[in-house]
Amino acid sequence: MLNYDIVVIGGGPAGMAAALKAKECGVDSILILERAETLGGILEQCIHTGFGLHYFGEELSGPEYADRFIQLVNEKKIEYKVDTMALQITESNVVYAVNKEDGLLEIQAKAVILAMGCRERPRGALNIAGTRAAGVMSAGTAQKYVNIDGYMPGKKVVILGSGDIGLIMARRMTLEGAEVKVVCELMPYSSGLTRNIVQCLDDFGIPLRLSCTVVEIHGKDRVEGVTIANVDEKLRPIKGTEQYIECDTLLLSVGLIPENELTREVGIELDPVTKGAVVDEFRETSHKGVFACGNVLHVHDLVDYVTLESQTAGEGAAKYVLGKKDAPEYITTKGVNGVRYIVPQKVNIKNDDDVKLYFRVGQTYKNAKVVVKYNGNEIISKKRPRLAPGEMENVVIKNDILKSFAADGVIEISVEA
Amino acid sequence: MNYDVAVIGAGVVGSLIARELSRYNIKIALVEKCSDMAMGTSKANSAIVHAGFDAKPGTLKAKLNVKGTELMPELCKTLFVPFKPIGSLVVAFSDEEMETIKELLNRGVENGVPGLEIYDKAKLREEEPTISDEAKGALWAPSAGIVCPYELTIAAAENAVMNGAEFIRNFEVKKIDFNGKEFTISNGETSFNTKYVINAAGVFCDEIAALIGDNSIHTVPRKGEYMLCDKSIGYLAKHTIFQCPSKMGKGILVTPTVDGNLLIGPSALDIEDKTDVATTSEALADILEIAKKSVPCLNTREVITSFAGLRAHCDKDDFIIEPSEKNEQFINAAGIESPGLSSAPAIAVYVKDMLLEKLNAEEKADFIPSRKEPVRFRHMSNEERKALIEKNPAYGRIICRCETITEGEILDAIHAPAGARDVDGVKRRTRAGMGRCQGGFCGSKVVEILARELGVELNEITKCGGSSKILYERTK
Repeated sequence: MLNYDIVVIGGGPAGMAAALKAKECGVDSILILERAETLGGILEQCIHTGFGLHYFGEELSGPEYADRFIQLVNEKKIEYKVDTMALQITESNVVYAVNKEDGLLEIQAKAVILAMGCRERPRGALNIAGTRAAGVMSAGTAQKYVNIDGYMPGKKVVILGSGDIGLIMARRMTLEGAEVKVVCELMPYSSGLTRNIVQCLDDFGIPLRLSCTVVEIHGKDRVEGVTIANVDEKLRPIKGTEQYIECDTLLLSVGLIPENELTREVGIELDPVTKGAVVDEFRETSHKGVFACGNVLHVHDLVDYVTLESQTAGEGAAKYVLGKKDAPEYITTKGVNGVRYIVPQKVNIKNDDDVKLYFRVGQTYKNAKVVVKYNGNEIISKKRPRLAPGEMENVVIKNDILKSFAADGVIEISVEA
Repeated sequence: MNYDVAVIGAGVVGSLIARELSRYNIKIALVEKCSDMAMGTSKANSAIVHAGFDAKPGTLKAKLNVKGTELMPELCKTLFVPFKPIGSLVVAFSDEEMETIKELLNRGVENGVPGLEIYDKAKLREEEPTISDEAKGALWAPSAGIVCPYELTIAAAENAVMNGAEFIRNFEVKKIDFNGKEFTISNGETSFNTKYVINAAGVFCDEIAALIGDNSIHTVPRKGEYMLCDKSIGYLAKHTIFQCPSKMGKGILVTPTVDGNLLIGPSALDIEDKTDVATTSEALADILEIAKKSVPCLNTREVITSFAGLRAHCDKDDFIIEPSEKNEQFINAAGIESPGLSSAPAIAVYVKDMLLEKLNAEEKADFIPSRKEPVRFRHMSNEERKALIEKNPAYGRIICRCETITEGEILDAIHAPAGARDVDGVKRRTRAGMGRCQGGFCGSKVVEILARELGVELNEITKCGGSSKILYERTK
């Protein structure tokens, strides 16, 4: 049995930022477990730029962004094991993992930080009818084939879903000589960042069709075409609007799901909306000493926010290990009227800092008001020119306000048009 | 090449026949037009071992179903194939249907099905708590079970190869000539000779028989569509839950699978195209609606994939297992629709006995009845895992995270007798790519491992043979 103060599961941007912060806060015994061959996580295949604008104030590619943290991890001599898969976390924070060199690892941790990231929703989850020909894959899988393996997964492409990875891959495939015929989006709005719609579709003349989906996949061995159709307000395909599009590839960018299998197995409470753990302001889960951050907690649109959140979790885990985390008195947070979810879901009112609440809206708004209420009384009201489901928002609850709250109170955030 | 027997079609029937024959000192070819075994009906069906009360007494279906179901547990144990004797329920929703299940019980007793019992509403609810409140009762059949149909097929073919049979893949039989003594079987490019032919070509049985001028078989592909749900709702059914049967088959069932998923289906539609396994939004919506009659809490949220299979329905309405009228040395095993999977072990013995009457063959002393037990890392204890990785580090590298499948298991699948040659072949042997992410993460790694082990470029690897390539040329 190995012993570490903190075991971080996942060596992507979340895991690295959390480990570095914990180290900075005075914890030396830290181990990062990473499933892939290198640290860096999914950033390694995101060779486009646009990372780091908020955190570093400059525009980096994914591997560059990751590399800054990898260098720090090495500099600070934080231990990590790559090609290592965590299999289980027990009640008492023992982590089981495997790799080729060590075989089965049994690691007793004082605190565990979950930073496993997320996965893409597959075709099956959409139940698209048709054949099961080769050439249907998630946009992220295609990204790996193109950017890491150096092979083209197709030449004539239809993309379903206008999430950021889908948009990025529309441009990437075009640059590599493929023809991207159309990007279809089920919803009446894109879930991707505005800048990606402009830079990845508009600049290349790739059409984006909103309220439109793929209803059938054709082709016996390899995809030969897809049928697309418009959908009504209830997202049901409208008869008579079907259109056949010849293509050899269908890329899916239809949502990301936090990878919470380990979390679920140890019995940690999950939020049905985020599909991640229910956490407090230090990102501690319902299981004492287990923290979660990054896309395993809720799906972020910018890695910069992943880094910030993970630093919070790293700090929390360090406080926990060093015995500095206060016995909590929690209030809960609740998204209402257009606000789909808030992270954290609970806040310790004995905390000595300001607390940032991150939230996501369920539809697009123009010139709307974000209203924060405590036990029904308005405490903050902010005008926002534009709110969109694809862009995470936040409000800060100042510490003096927080201190005025009582245990078991409720903070609600809502959108008023 | 010269063989004593050529089995055409490496589905569950053909593969089990080949294995049964490989007990004897004869030369066997197992011929398959696809890149792998279990590529037709055998990979896309309900995966049920039926008790045997459906078929009319006296039919081959009735006789071979009951016998096959009796043989199945031991066979699966020998070949290390997942099988669970979970029993089945035929649920009645009206007084009329209560009468129907009583008839089924009587028929089952006549067919020799053991342990049949009628459950009243209370007993049914107790046994299957998620069942609809509308259910009035059910027929309980304890001898029914569930099996992994493609694994059974793969194991049988693998074992046949271990015992000297030859697996000839990617060989589509296009021509069969007979010179009075033996057949010459050709795919248009190469050919081989054989004294006997067993036609186990599933939905294509009629076309294969027609190659020797036997036009007595009429196969109608009957499409069945299914939805497979995540393991997280596998608990919703403890037994296989049928509704009352109709002319088109046994209706929509809800059942756990041997891997703990939940399976809903199949629809039933007679079609023309024998290669049409496309799903349709109409059928998928229908099966969910009908399945909800049995288990009302079902929904599509946990669906991880859907698929369709074709039943080899024959107008004769019974299995056709007999020498062709056109040639005594050509044995048809046709019309093997439900309960074909359940019957397959008995069909194999039945065909073997038929052939032995004609063929002078001796039983081998060195027949190996079993295959190497596949490593299933996900089912091991941590101690077992530790010992395994110490022996072979390849088992320490997880490739498929959803199903916890190691590189070692994938290597085993590729290097097994008649091993995997494509991504779906690896998937069916190991479950890599069958989990909730459906190969999103591990797909590209499996492609890499296949290319490395087979000594080819990444873009030569296919999803399932033929032109199902996954990658095109290199990037710029």
